Amino acid sequence: MRFYEYESKALFRRHGMPLGEGHVVNSNAEARAAAEAIGGPVVIKSQVLSGGRMKAGAVQFADTPDEAAEKYDFVLPIEVGGEKARSVLIEAKSPVAHEYFVSVTWDGRRKLPVLLFSDMGGIDIEEVAETHPEHLSRTHFSTILPISERIAKEAISSVGVSGGDLNRLVPIVYKLMQVFLQYDLTLAEINPVAKLEDGSFIVLDGHVDLEAEARGEHKKLLVELGIGEDETRLARPPTEFELEGARLNAVDHRGVAGNVVEFDGNLGLIIGAGGGSLTLFDAVRKHGGKPANYCEIGGNPSVGKACNLTKLILGKPGVEKIAVMMNVVSNTRVDIVARGVIKGCLEAGKDPSKVITIFRIPGAWEDEGFKILEKYGVEYCDRSVSMYEAAGRAVAKL
Amino acid sequence: MSIFITKDTTFIIQGITGREAVNLTRENLDYGAKIVGGVTPGRRGRDVYGVPVYDSVKQIAEAHGTPDGSIVSVPPRFTRDAVFEALENGIKLIVVVTENIPRGQVAQMVELAELRGARIIGPNCLGIISPDEAKMGGMGGPAANTRQAYTKGPIGVMSRSGGMTTEIASTLTAAGLGQSTCVSIGGDAIVGTTYAELMPYFEADSETKAIAIYSEPGGRMEAELAEWVKVNDSRLPIVAFMAGRFMDEMKGMRFGHAGTIVEGKEDTTSEKIERMEAAGISVAERIEEIPDLLRKRMAEAN
Repeated sequence: MRFYEYESKALFRRHGMPLGEGHVVNSNAEARAAAEAIGGPVVIKSQVLSGGRMKAGAVQFADTPDEAAEKYDFVLPIEVGGEKARSVLIEAKSPVAHEYFVSVTWDGRRKLPVLLFSDMGGIDIEEVAETHPEHLSRTHFSTILPISERIAKEAISSVGVSGGDLNRLVPIVYKLMQVFLQYDLTLAEINPVAKLEDGSFIVLDGHVDLEAEARGEHKKLLVELGIGEDETRLARPPTEFELEGARLNAVDHRGVAGNVVEFDGNLGLIIGAGGGSLTLFDAVRKHGGKPANYCEIGGNPSVGKACNLTKLILGKPGVEKIAVMMNVVSNTRVDIVARGVIKGCLEAGKDPSKVITIFRIPGAWEDEGFKILEKYGVEYCDRSVSMYEAAGRAVAKL
Repeated sequence: MSIFITKDTTFIIQGITGREAVNLTRENLDYGAKIVGGVTPGRRGRDVYGVPVYDSVKQIAEAHGTPDGSIVSVPPRFTRDAVFEALENGIKLIVVVTENIPRGQVAQMVELAELRGARIIGPNCLGIISPDEAKMGGMGGPAANTRQAYTKGPIGVMSRSGGMTTEIASTLTAAGLGQSTCVSIGGDAIVGTTYAELMPYFEADSETKAIAIYSEPGGRMEAELAEWVKVNDSRLPIVAFMAGRFMDEMKGMRFGHAGTIVEGKEDTTSEKIERMEAAGISVAERIEEIPDLLRKRMAEAN
């Protein structure tokens, strides 16, 4: 999950990184007061999660408090990548002499964290990587040996930075590496870290991404930064339908049945978990079907869970029919899923044979499952019918 | 032949008294596995389907000698320590089935494994199966179901999705193509063993004549595989199936495995397909096309 700039900076500040004076404001009066407190030229920055603020005009400069208030009103309504500002950050405008880039992320191929450093900061780093590769260093480091300032020194000096600049940059870069590891981040980035005209260094802009799996381990940090438990920070906020899916998943620990994503089609999908669901979603679309949702069910859910999930999907406006499909299952019992979805149809007041277009879950306890489906007149198939064909049969019934 | 495991491979199960591990024990024993012991701290002296339970890996090693492998099935919080325990007791093959482990911890496990000359499969995976030899992990479920889907033959299978491994094996079996070894490598952003890292093993296995892989958006694993195939001039024809093509149109949304977050152009399915095809890997549009494509490619290779 991504942090806003002001949250990232709050984290950096706790670890002693150099930052200028800044205030998060939520009105033009607060913007004016912040500029007065800073007492000089300021930067007005929209707080959004998506990149490209500068291009969108959502970063402005002001010389006076009145101008800061004016620019607040200008910046606030600007949408960046379709996203509205959460709030606005007012910071002292610093006289910059040079800009550097530093980032820590994971390299899935090397299976190690990698420290990226460039003396061409402030611009698109992917462009630097392409056009000036000698200005970008990549330094992998261990996750089990203690990290040290040596690694930062090597990363910085290998693009040619030396002298006092090298020695002033080392602690900043080292601290970023520490923050990255300590908080299970997937990205910790400062762009730019600036050398000011007086020779000092300051973090001008930065952002961090926290690994979703590690969220539970850093609850304290999230509370301290004011990040709510319901803030998913995904590409878009969850819909009520999706939240309901998560709720009904949480009431019962058996299996998974709640990772639901809403779409605007007419075919409700109950399609297994992981790879099988990706495969089936593609297949439905390839046959011209319009999925109403993406839904994961697996890990042997209880009858109640499959039932509630079925009711949720059937209750979604615009859903005419559902398809229940998975790959050959290993640990999910076919009969239990069959029982659950039929119960869900009945409780929703629908005839299972009419609303279930196809049931394709081959594997453990399938014979028992098929008997149940037969009793209710539901069309089913075994593994001799491919996932692709099954999706086609479902779409054809709409 | 097979890679990694044979009929004689001995292994243990860490976390053996847990609900899922108890099922794994039953399923693996029924498939013929030589499980010499299990670990659950504080449960020494009990047994799970006749497999003796110990407090530590060290106790098992003292009683039975160092086992060849271990399946780690403990809650995420304890997984790293369990893997470290296996590695520090000299175990060389570790299948981690646990999911939801932060990647920093996975990286630590993998790094120590490299230092100890050991191999990790997973996390978040169903393990390894060499049909008619043994299985190590949850692949295929109960032994009867496993025998239905997996049969012995010339195709190596590697997959980021455990479930799709069985689907592909089942499709191959129905088409009369058995499998040499199938490896579920896990769907996380960092995994112990990637496609490219499995290739030398399949390459050296005389029984394996071709490879089928299941692939998804996210990560750089296909790029790495494509590069490996080119650089090493692989003798093995490869057919890949690419799922999640719809995600190319939905940047930033999260589906399926943690690793399937589309983070950049190079992670899209179209980019991956292009890369693989350029390296001579055939990409199937549908699962059911895989057997014919494999046959065609094997005939060309001869």
